Amino acid sequence: MSPARLAARSLTAGYGQEPVLCDLDLEVPAGAVTTLIGPNGCGKSTLLKSLCGLLPYEGTVELEGRDLHGVRRPDRARLLTMLPQAPVAPEGLTVAGLVARGRHPYQSWMSRWSAQDEKEVRRALRATGLSHLGTRPISALSGGQRQRVWIAMALAQDTPTLLLDEPTTYLDLAYSIEVLSLVRRLQSEQGKTVVMVLHDLNLAIRFSDHLVVLGDGVVAAQGTPQDVVTPELLHEVFGLDALVVPDPATGGPLVVPR
Amino acid sequence: MSRLLAGPRARAHTTAPDLGISALRVGPWSVPFSLRRFLVGLVLVLLCALAFTLGIGMGDYRLSVPQVLRTLAGGGSHIEETVVFKWRMGRAVLGLLVGAALAFAGALTQSVARNPLASPDVLGITSGASTAAVFVITASGGTGIVGAVAGFGDNVLGVPVVAVIGATLTALAVWFVAGKDRDSMIRLVLIGVGTSMFLGAISTWLMATTNVDQAATAKLWLTGSLNGRGWGEAWPVLACVVVAVAFAGWLAFRLDALALGPDVAQVLGHGIRVAQAVQLLFGVVLVAVAVSAAGPVPFVAFVAPQIAQRLAGTPTPPLLCSALSGALLVSGADLLARTVLPWELPVGIVTAFCGAPALIYLVVKTNRKASA
Repeated sequence: MSPARLAARSLTAGYGQEPVLCDLDLEVPAGAVTTLIGPNGCGKSTLLKSLCGLLPYEGTVELEGRDLHGVRRPDRARLLTMLPQAPVAPEGLTVAGLVARGRHPYQSWMSRWSAQDEKEVRRALRATGLSHLGTRPISALSGGQRQRVWIAMALAQDTPTLLLDEPTTYLDLAYSIEVLSLVRRLQSEQGKTVVMVLHDLNLAIRFSDHLVVLGDGVVAAQGTPQDVVTPELLHEVFGLDALVVPDPATGGPLVVPR
Repeated sequence: MSRLLAGPRARAHTTAPDLGISALRVGPWSVPFSLRRFLVGLVLVLLCALAFTLGIGMGDYRLSVPQVLRTLAGGGSHIEETVVFKWRMGRAVLGLLVGAALAFAGALTQSVARNPLASPDVLGITSGASTAAVFVITASGGTGIVGAVAGFGDNVLGVPVVAVIGATLTALAVWFVAGKDRDSMIRLVLIGVGTSMFLGAISTWLMATTNVDQAATAKLWLTGSLNGRGWGEAWPVLACVVVAVAFAGWLAFRLDALALGPDVAQVLGHGIRVAQAVQLLFGVVLVAVAVSAAGPVPFVAFVAPQIAQRLAGTPTPPLLCSALSGALLVSGADLLARTVLPWELPVGIVTAFCGAPALIYLVVKTNRKASA
């Protein structure tokens, strides 16, 4: 794997007095899909938000080898973007209208819709299979399509690294697969580095190159799904009594709760 | 020049699917252009001009529309010039400006809070400005420290500045009382409503403790009125509206990002604290100067941006169209106030009469959506 684009060094962060993350170290492999898993409240979202500077933290976050605090805001937005959990767009905003807002880091109030912006928006819509829906209001789309529109906005931002906070929240299994297959393609076809948070272990295993298991504010285990997912780990971190069997579809590990 | 307007029509012979976004592009300068928004703006300008002309013609010495236009063009008789320029034009201009300032401010607060209910009236900002002004009107000329402070406000600072101070303090108070929950609209709105009631009580108390004449002045002023107002009150509002319009592009660019929520705005590269603070500062100052000039004309800041948004078909209130629709609303309401009944009503009564049902409609509609 190539050297990390994004890394955390002795990261401590949290919302109140008690830190959720404690002295955490992490290197995100470049050009791969990394998924953060762990029990509820273990700090997955906190870590994701700290990595893109949305939450204050102690320690260091390194982006492309530089301290995140030292990277100017617009430059940061050209290197790294994050899609929050269940984002809300104003009612009546069209698909192209939302995706176009992903171009903000390249715009100023004098230059708000350049030919380059238009090209990148078209590219993002094509990559997400939404070209024919550009003029539709987002509220008229299905859940899976809506999530693809937000991902298209992040693509229009043209950053090498994408952070996704539970991209499958509120989606049923079919829509979840649709969205995660798209994420997979972004990595394989465009070489994006993706870090996401997922709740569903089997989806995480199936769509990730690298798993990071968080427990008690530190990295409990990390590596390929094959190496990481064992009955012992599931018991230790999730308190889950489960079998790990070969997935009949992919051959990878499959978690079957007992 | 063929690159100037690159829109759906310009691309008609290519196979690229329609994005529904056209652009005006000149060199490095580019801006999204919507024909519908442009036409809505144009129609609003014409209607404002009509209301302006009719408003100037109206009064004891009646002037026809052609007479007013001729006089404005410099071809009127001496008496016509006196009537138009000295007596009536100030009031007509003020009506347009007060409406524009209130509506512009409403569009800003509604966009930043991402909720149509978050107008300056609802958030208590209007009450802050008017209570400060009532304090100066009623307590000025009084004795003791209170009278001295009010006198200082009245004579040295002037009512517009006092109103800005009152509105800013109220906005800061609401902002900090809401604390971390300020993203929860319902809390922000309830705190604003509570603050408005508290300040309303202070206004009432101030009027109860002063003499009858001053109380009557304050009371009329509190309903929102253009009666007896003119150029003197118009200048500060004009200055603020001109500055706001000049910055409209800057504000609108940031509002586009803020409309997606603070987290998304931040990952899009905006410093959201500064962006939000600047938007709210513009809103607070615009409301305050408008209130200091004509009193708290109710519902304009709330309704006008919503009307503009529906006319222009935009997802959030368009700033300039909102200002125009506010200008038309106040001028039109003032015309109504002066013609419908045999005596002259304050314009605020007309806007309240029309605006309250609009508020109820929006609350009901928002609630239905939330529970659906």
